[in-house]
Amino acid sequence: MNSATTTAIAVEALEVSRGGRKVLHGLDFTVSRGRITGLLGPSGCGKTTLMRSIVGVQIVEAGEVRVLDQPAGSSGVRGRVGYVTQAPAVYPDLSAQENLRYFARILGAPFARIEETLETVQLDGHSDRPVRDLSGGQRARVSLGTALLGDPDVLVLDEPTVGLDPVLRSDLWETFQDLARRGKTLIVSSHVMDEAGRCDDLLLMREGRLLASLTPLELRDQTGEEDTEKAFLRLIETEGEAQ
Amino acid sequence: MKLTATIATARRVLNQLRHDPRTLALLLLMPAVLVTLIRFVFDGKEETFDHLGAPLIGLFPFITMFLVTSITMLRERTGGTLERLMSMPIGKLDLLAGYGIAFALIATAQATITAAVAFLLLGLEVEGSATAVVALAIANAILGMSLGLFASAFAGSEFQAVLFMPAFVFPQLLLCGLFAPRDEMAGFLEASSNALPLTYAFDALDRVSSDGSLGSSGSMDVAVIAGVILLALAMGALTLRRRTA
Repeated sequence: MNSATTTAIAVEALEVSRGGRKVLHGLDFTVSRGRITGLLGPSGCGKTTLMRSIVGVQIVEAGEVRVLDQPAGSSGVRGRVGYVTQAPAVYPDLSAQENLRYFARILGAPFARIEETLETVQLDGHSDRPVRDLSGGQRARVSLGTALLGDPDVLVLDEPTVGLDPVLRSDLWETFQDLARRGKTLIVSSHVMDEAGRCDDLLLMREGRLLASLTPLELRDQTGEEDTEKAFLRLIETEGEAQ
Repeated sequence: MKLTATIATARRVLNQLRHDPRTLALLLLMPAVLVTLIRFVFDGKEETFDHLGAPLIGLFPFITMFLVTSITMLRERTGGTLERLMSMPIGKLDLLAGYGIAFALIATAQATITAAVAFLLLGLEVEGSATAVVALAIANAILGMSLGLFASAFAGSEFQAVLFMPAFVFPQLLLCGLFAPRDEMAGFLEASSNALPLTYAFDALDRVSSDGSLGSSGSMDVAVIAGVILLALAMGALTLRRRTA
């Protein structure tokens, strides 16, 4: 197989500045199709900026981001990428049902998808109440549902499981794995290191740089640590010694 | 342009208002209450009320739509839904046109209710037709909406958006000729009023109200209003960015 069919996202020498401060310092990596790639790192390390660049809503200073062999954010790829921001980006005064119906019309998705999606994100019972009256976790799931509506090939999820109860979190990860089995590509950011074990690939970030791009197994082998949090710290230490 | 996206947006905006009955009631009924108030402020001076009535019916929608649009658009920006929409296959003009249709419908209802109260209950009399007054009110609503859309790009918070209303609208109201004839103002004010869109909105309403028809200069007023609407919408579209810093 050539790289064009296995690579979903290719990032080359990506540099981004926000408010006069450099946030991303020349990132290079690729993301494979049909896999879950975990984007891990402490808050403020540039995860969100990187995800915005992949979705194509971030002004980029230098470098290139290609998604499904097209420039990120170009009109050909816009309907094929689903993006879930950290704060739920839905209309709080509308119900989950109404939010999904609006975005389904924009995406040209059939209305049958709305019920399916509500089931996937387990909101079937709460779909008539205004989103503002739902709990934080439910609101986050409305936002996730919106991104799933158009059956996108690439899903960019910014901390989708923050504040969710463990059972729901586990269910959502099963949904993500199911999507990946169906050939979807997922990028999931998290500052909770224990979610790393559920990913196929990992991108570890710190202070706007890529520390490592590897699989969870490789991370354990390289650092000799079972615990991802400790493995992350060990990586930072060895990085510091190398410099 | 995608018509489905435009109609979907118009329906969504109206749906949001439907969930907010208090705002809807304020939008639809407040102008009628204020016109009634003015009628009895000038109790016994029917000619003053006849002189002011039509311009007021026509200018209320400008003010309310300016406010409502700038705040709705600000919420769309700060709530992340604008960013979500910009990552979807929807054109900026589709979105703006959707807003335009929704607010034009609200303005139609608002102006119709206000005009019905003024003409039928309060005995307002104008030379021209009530329909022309309502039509101009709708045009002014779209003018207010397009300027509000543009202004929202410069508001960082809802406080600022609300305060933009007096900043953008009050000077125009003072200079448009409603409170004092423009040729009696200081020369530099009369000159500046020529550059303000509300001057033309008032002039058109005043002509329908006092002369009975727009005439050629009234038609010119309507052309200016249409031009400003298009310009403000174009500039508003420029402030909707797919990519932000």
